[in-house]
Amino acid sequence: MPCIEARGLRKTFGTTVALAGIDLRVEDGRIVGLVGPNGAGKTTALNAILGLIPYEGELRVLGRDPWTERDRLMCDVCFIADVAVLPRWIRVGQALDYVAGVHPRFDRAKAESFLARTNIAPRSKVRELSKGMVTQLHLALVMAIDAKLLVLDEPTLGLDLLYRKQFYDSLLNDYFDRNRTIVVTTNQVEEIQNVITDLMFIERGRIVLSSSMEELESRFVELVAKPEQTDAARALRPIHERQSLGRSILTFDTQSGHADRQQLAGLGELRTPSIADLFVAILASKPADQPGDQPDNHPSQLQGVSR
Amino acid sequence: MNTQSNPMAEPLPAQTAAQASTVAARPFYFSVLRELWEYRFIHLAPLGVGAVFLFGFLITAFLPAHMRGEWGNLTRHNEHFVGPYDLIAGLMMLTTMVVNVFYCSDALYGERRDRSILFWKSMPVSDLTTVLAKASIPLLVVPLVAWAVAIAVQWIMLMVSSAVLLAKGLSVSALWTQLSFVRMSLLLLYHLFTAHTIWPAPVYCWLLLVSGWARRAVLLWAALPVIAIGGLEAIVFHSWHFVALVGTRLIGAAPEIDLRSPGTLPTNPMTHITPGLFLSSFGLWMGLAVSVVFLALAVRLRHTREPI
Repeated sequence: MPCIEARGLRKTFGTTVALAGIDLRVEDGRIVGLVGPNGAGKTTALNAILGLIPYEGELRVLGRDPWTERDRLMCDVCFIADVAVLPRWIRVGQALDYVAGVHPRFDRAKAESFLARTNIAPRSKVRELSKGMVTQLHLALVMAIDAKLLVLDEPTLGLDLLYRKQFYDSLLNDYFDRNRTIVVTTNQVEEIQNVITDLMFIERGRIVLSSSMEELESRFVELVAKPEQTDAARALRPIHERQSLGRSILTFDTQSGHADRQQLAGLGELRTPSIADLFVAILASKPADQPGDQPDNHPSQLQGVSR
Repeated sequence: MNTQSNPMAEPLPAQTAAQASTVAARPFYFSVLRELWEYRFIHLAPLGVGAVFLFGFLITAFLPAHMRGEWGNLTRHNEHFVGPYDLIAGLMMLTTMVVNVFYCSDALYGERRDRSILFWKSMPVSDLTTVLAKASIPLLVVPLVAWAVAIAVQWIMLMVSSAVLLAKGLSVSALWTQLSFVRMSLLLLYHLFTAHTIWPAPVYCWLLLVSGWARRAVLLWAALPVIAIGGLEAIVFHSWHFVALVGTRLIGAAPEIDLRSPGTLPTNPMTHITPGLFLSSFGLWMGLAVSVVFLALAVRLRHTREPI
């Protein structure tokens, strides 16, 4: 049983289509990065997965229907939604009491040991803490829950560099093991580059790419073309081209059948594209005026990649 | 197969039921607790009113005789003994009403406004448990707190009065015989739960429902239908029954709770204890049915509404 499985997941708000019938499958033990521009449908997808909004289509999370079984699902699922949503009036000790009281899988000692490493005093109220500290507190609560799935929606938004780094460090070192699954959305793609095992690009309510990181690295290649070879490289139908320091940098999809690594190696220097560059390349390779409301009427050449 | 072969293999039905009820009770208990943490006026308001009242009482008790009003006159052998005791009971009823109205109009609204609903919903607590925990505040917690504060204040008053009388070498027997303390306490508890909890329950449940629906100005939205229906009735039928109905519900004036005849204040034993009349009244059961419908709708709204 996959951790998350969706078929034709669709959500509209009035006339706006937030999710245009997506299919997605997340296996156990993966760290999935859900990346997309603002308004692409990332948060909507997560809200559907967490049982916060109704939806059309089929969706199973840990074998349950999130919309009708949210409370039972939350025994095995944790989430940090958006920016800090901890109630501002609550004291750190009260938050621990509450979660310990209602959550059967919460390990209070573990949460306290996480908190002991921070500057958060047990007596302080959330409203007295800095934004970074509130996130630390929330993470301490969540990491002390023995859950199967952790969902993080822009967990580091508005945090300074130090807290952001710490956030992912603690997540990987203290929390993640092969039995847990993490789904994370963020606009700071570079900070999850080395964290995630799988990547999904979502745009206008559609998943335009879904791939493991290994596959991604073998499939996409960036060529810093020698000036005299630029035209030859262009003939191999790159999915994207940009200029940097007077040289052309072309991104190729080696699965498209137009170019292979050996060919490209003769034209310049090859390297693995960063997620951010790949994101720009893939979004730019799609027609800009593509209507966002009809599912499957523009099957992307990049779709259907399985892990 | 012998079904009784291994009695230890499975817990007895009673045990399972007990475990299940503990499992269900824990989230409920902590949900109530979080309301008390968040809305501290639930206990602070009755305590504050009690403290101010007690302060006033102490001033009168220790004033020189010629400066005291009637209530400070501890040696008079008449009903003025009970005056201050009635007053604190009445003040607690009023406090209950005010606290409940303010609590109910924010209970399902505040968590959506500050988006903390996203945190609460990340916990394995059902919408039903949450709404019931919130409903238990006006329907159980606030009357109990108000009662406890009233009793405590009355006890202190009794002790202070006795001490003052004894210090002056006067007898306390009149004070202690005229005030039937235990009976007075139980009567107040009964009154708080019938007149100020069960009877106005539809009003509080309505406020909870609107607080789960409105995007702003909960009290305004809650009052609007009352004003609209009342206005319509006034124009068409030239009567004010609907507004009167809501009003009497809110202030706890059930026709079956006779407050109009003299001597029916909570300290006066047995005058308005008419549980038979109260329980057999159509209005009571109608009100409870309406309350249940409002709460059921509030549970639905908690499931579907998003943060504001």
